[in-house]
Amino acid sequence: MGLIKEIDFGTPASKAVKMVTLTIDGVAVTVPEGTSIMRAAMEMGTAIPKLCATDMLDAFGSCRLCLIEVEGRNGTPASCTTPVAEGIVVHTQTERLKSIRKGVMELYISDHPLDCLTCAANGDCELQDMAGAVGLREVRYGYEGDNHVFAKQGGAANDQWLPKDESNPYFSYDPSKCIVCNRCVRACEEVQGTFALTISGRGFDSRVSPGMSEAFFESECVSCGACVQACPTATLTEKKVIEVGQPEHSVITTCAYCGVGCTFKAEMRGEELVRMVPWKDGKANRGHSCVKGRFAWGYASHRDRITKPMVRDKITDPWRETTWEEAIGRVASEFNRIQDKYGRTAVGGITSSRCTNEETFLVQKLIRAGFGTNNVDTCARVCHSPTGYGLKTTFGTSAGTQDFDSVEDTDVILVIGANPTDGHPVFGSRMKKRLREGARLIVVDPRRIDLVRTPHVKADHHLALRPGTNVAVVTSMAHVIVTEGLADEAFIAERCDLLEYREWAAFVADPRHAPETTQAFTGVPAEELRRAARLYATGGNGAIYYGLGVTEHSQGSTTVMAIANLAMATGNIGRPGVGVNPLRGQNNVQGACDMGSFPHELTGYRHVNDDATRAIFETLWGRPLDKEPGLRIPNMLDAAVDGTFKAIYIQGEDILQSDPNTTHVAAGLEAMECVVVQDLFLNETANYAHVFLPGSTFLEKDGTFTNAERRIQRVRRVMSPKNGYADWEITQLIANALGLGWAYAHPSEIMDEIAYLTPTFTGVSFETLERLGSVQWPCNEEHPEGTPIMHVDRFVRGRGQFVLTEYVPTDERTGARFPLILTTGRILSQYNVGAQTRRTDNSLWHEEDRLEIHPHDAEQRGVNDGEWVKIQSRAGETALRAVVTDRVAPGVVYTTFHHPLTQANVITTDFSDWATNCPEYKVTAVQVSPSNGPTRYQEDYDAFTKQSRRIATAEAAE
Amino acid sequence: MSHKTLDTLVMMANQIARNMMIQGEERALPQISEHIRLYWDPRMRKAIDAHLDAGGEGLDDLARRALTALRDERAAS
Ligand code: SF4
Ligand code: SF4
Ligand code: SF4
Ligand code: FES
Repeated sequence: MGLIKEIDFGTPASKAVKMVTLTIDGVAVTVPEGTSIMRAAMEMGTAIPKLCATDMLDAFGSCRLCLIEVEGRNGTPASCTTPVAEGIVVHTQTERLKSIRKGVMELYISDHPLDCLTCAANGDCELQDMAGAVGLREVRYGYEGDNHVFAKQGGAANDQWLPKDESNPYFSYDPSKCIVCNRCVRACEEVQGTFALTISGRGFDSRVSPGMSEAFFESECVSCGACVQACPTATLTEKKVIEVGQPEHSVITTCAYCGVGCTFKAEMRGEELVRMVPWKDGKANRGHSCVKGRFAWGYASHRDRITKPMVRDKITDPWRETTWEEAIGRVASEFNRIQDKYGRTAVGGITSSRCTNEETFLVQKLIRAGFGTNNVDTCARVCHSPTGYGLKTTFGTSAGTQDFDSVEDTDVILVIGANPTDGHPVFGSRMKKRLREGARLIVVDPRRIDLVRTPHVKADHHLALRPGTNVAVVTSMAHVIVTEGLADEAFIAERCDLLEYREWAAFVADPRHAPETTQAFTGVPAEELRRAARLYATGGNGAIYYGLGVTEHSQGSTTVMAIANLAMATGNIGRPGVGVNPLRGQNNVQGACDMGSFPHELTGYRHVNDDATRAIFETLWGRPLDKEPGLRIPNMLDAAVDGTFKAIYIQGEDILQSDPNTTHVAAGLEAMECVVVQDLFLNETANYAHVFLPGSTFLEKDGTFTNAERRIQRVRRVMSPKNGYADWEITQLIANALGLGWAYAHPSEIMDEIAYLTPTFTGVSFETLERLGSVQWPCNEEHPEGTPIMHVDRFVRGRGQFVLTEYVPTDERTGARFPLILTTGRILSQYNVGAQTRRTDNSLWHEEDRLEIHPHDAEQRGVNDGEWVKIQSRAGETALRAVVTDRVAPGVVYTTFHHPLTQANVITTDFSDWATNCPEYKVTAVQVSPSNGPTRYQEDYDAFTKQSRRIATAEAAE
Repeated sequence: MSHKTLDTLVMMANQIARNMMIQGEERALPQISEHIRLYWDPRMRKAIDAHLDAGGEGLDDLARRALTALRDERAAS
């Protein structure tokens, strides 16, 4: 296998189309105009010595090691900053260059510790490599003079020396090894866009410093790792590398956290993971990463991880460890018994947006073909189901229209209800990069998210709407576009249904949709909205990015359709730089939806009542399928309380913590006779489980994930499953205990079955992925290499459909008793319910959930920063600490939901999207008051959790 | 069927009707019926049918008419 070494071309690729031919060391080479000589040389295989250049960053030209000679030109220009020119003749190695380079290296080395043998970067240090490359054999200057290397100089303290900064949990900074190449500073600016690092001082005194000479952890640093990756020396090094040593082989795989789907090289020593390094060829991340994917994988070996199956008769009993045979046998016999007693439809299951496509496919197959019911749902229900419904209705396909690269061609970015820098950090960085290049930005969000104002980025318009008024705001924007004559009539006439458009245009033109009317309840000043709408319609390529702030509302589906209307009316569909782009939460939400996880549809979004589709599945599977839709998660829980739903198989989801109205979820689970939870840890849902099947991590299995761009990417096994089986194998064990006779030997066989059954996947196979790296569906005969941008010449449904989007206020209203609106969100370092990230050092950044409240509301209630507050809604109450901040508007409070003790979903209600039942997390009417600490409920729950997690190891079977 | 579940179903039906209403009655009615036919599991439809038979308390006019049409269509088939 070996370690994958990516070629460093030294400077970024040029996008120019014009080609230029030059001669380097006697060889003719042709490259795009604007390419550096350094890069041109590397493309023909010649590595010019370099230190300050690397191809993730723009050339800087400070180290003077990369000098070359050009015939007919004076001097020795730096090859990293000198672009190619037609016909020039370049020499990379001459006597003069050799001697200059030796001199440069000699100076560097004279101020660098010579402890290479015990240095963590030994074998992976560019300084070391360059010393070798230039043939450095002696260093004439000693350390007697000024240096940064030794703490003491001639017995006295050396003022130039700085101690290591170990404040970041994942990497250390050792200033004594720094060569001040500036790569880290530029990585933080150009790649990550955080601007946390600076070079302070000048000349010999200059050094890298986070913020105003702070420690890394206290600075603005978000721990993305870009600087660590860029550093050519051991100055910035992963602590894990310091601890373990250099990796010896690596495997390309995909991050299992968010919907960006970054690809990484998992760098290994045997079966030990040493580090995850973002892969430059990853088409979603282009060599960048965030703190979660880069560093937060320690949960895979956390001591809380359960590795043996467990069973118990009652949820009040302690768990008993057992064998796989007994556990699987128990699941089969219980599901058989329950179906015999209560009927076929009394059971169901939930697929996971964190597991692979293959695993998700198998779970729904088990439920539909094995259990014989369509009671299957997925956690996408609670996040992006309205996206599927809304985009299918308007465009004809349940997914975003672009690839991430598209943002590089965008002129106006419209972000609605999404917080990319926290929720989708790597895409957030790519977006910020485009904004720094001059793209304009409109943010529609109740809260002042980071993007509104970050270094060198400022939103042109921030429409801080009242939570729950999305439809009114987006429809008002359409009003402005139509009434001010900004619609793209030519596009509409060519691509959309014109009659529908005329009806829609008349509808939005009605004065009730004018921003002057809607501002009364949306809180968005009319003039600001008008200017934002004009900018989106006329500013060039306009792209809409939206998130859960759009979908998790009672009108989530309507807002998605309103957004689609807006894009069609302005002609912003079907080419690079435009489009409608949902930012998906979990790594495989898109995949879980594609794989037929919803109760009404089979893979590829085909309704179960379609006889022809069902027939294909029935023939292949040899089992009859139900043509009636099954129950959605909230309806399963209702049915459980009513006694008609008795058993559930949940793979990799924690519905008790992630779904709204916790007490209702708990009541539903408690009413069931057999709850089977398959997960890495005893999650909150497992408190109500009878069988626990230990799951495996993404590091322990093969398969694919599909990210928010519809991109299917490989997940590759790098170590054996600690629990003994990959998750797909566990599902297969259950299926076979039920007599289904499955015989999949490898996930690639499952993908072949998916491809056979699904028209948009017919070209997908592990072999295709091996060949192309990744592919965006539809991938079939028509699009053998996949589809980066959809609806190019025509909409998938034929003509684009304009849908009338009337604002219908949610039933969840504020009043005297509950005067504030609670809205929820997430932060960078934690992920979803936090089961993984809480079990890593990421918790240092976010030890608990906090409630953000505006100073005005806080003062009225006597609430002080950092103190406990009680928060009450119609559904329940909980307590947490307050942060007093004007990031939220008066009347709005905000919290995250990463920690189980917070129980934020005790207060969310079961109102939901009208079309899909996606819960209305983003709007809950609440009251806030000072409190002394956790509520009684939280304390009881904590005790209950401890009680229900007992494991009677002493009686372990085997 | 618990009281609570029935309340949920009534609320869901009304919500669908209120969001479809803007299409105009003629288009909205079949769309509401179709939506419920496509997305509700049989036990939910049975429960709302029974509720309809019992007077359909709490259902908006449009929702009630769409549900009635759906029930009759099924009875006929
Ligand atoms: S880890 Fe990322 S944010 Fe922190 S200093 Fe390095 S590049 Fe900047
Ligand atoms: S810390 Fe590393 S990347 Fe940054 S200036 Fe020093 S040597 Fe260069
Ligand atoms: S969490 Fe998301 S942004 Fe971060 S590394 Fe993973 S896929 Fe990339
Ligand atoms: S690599 Fe060109 S000047 Fe440093």
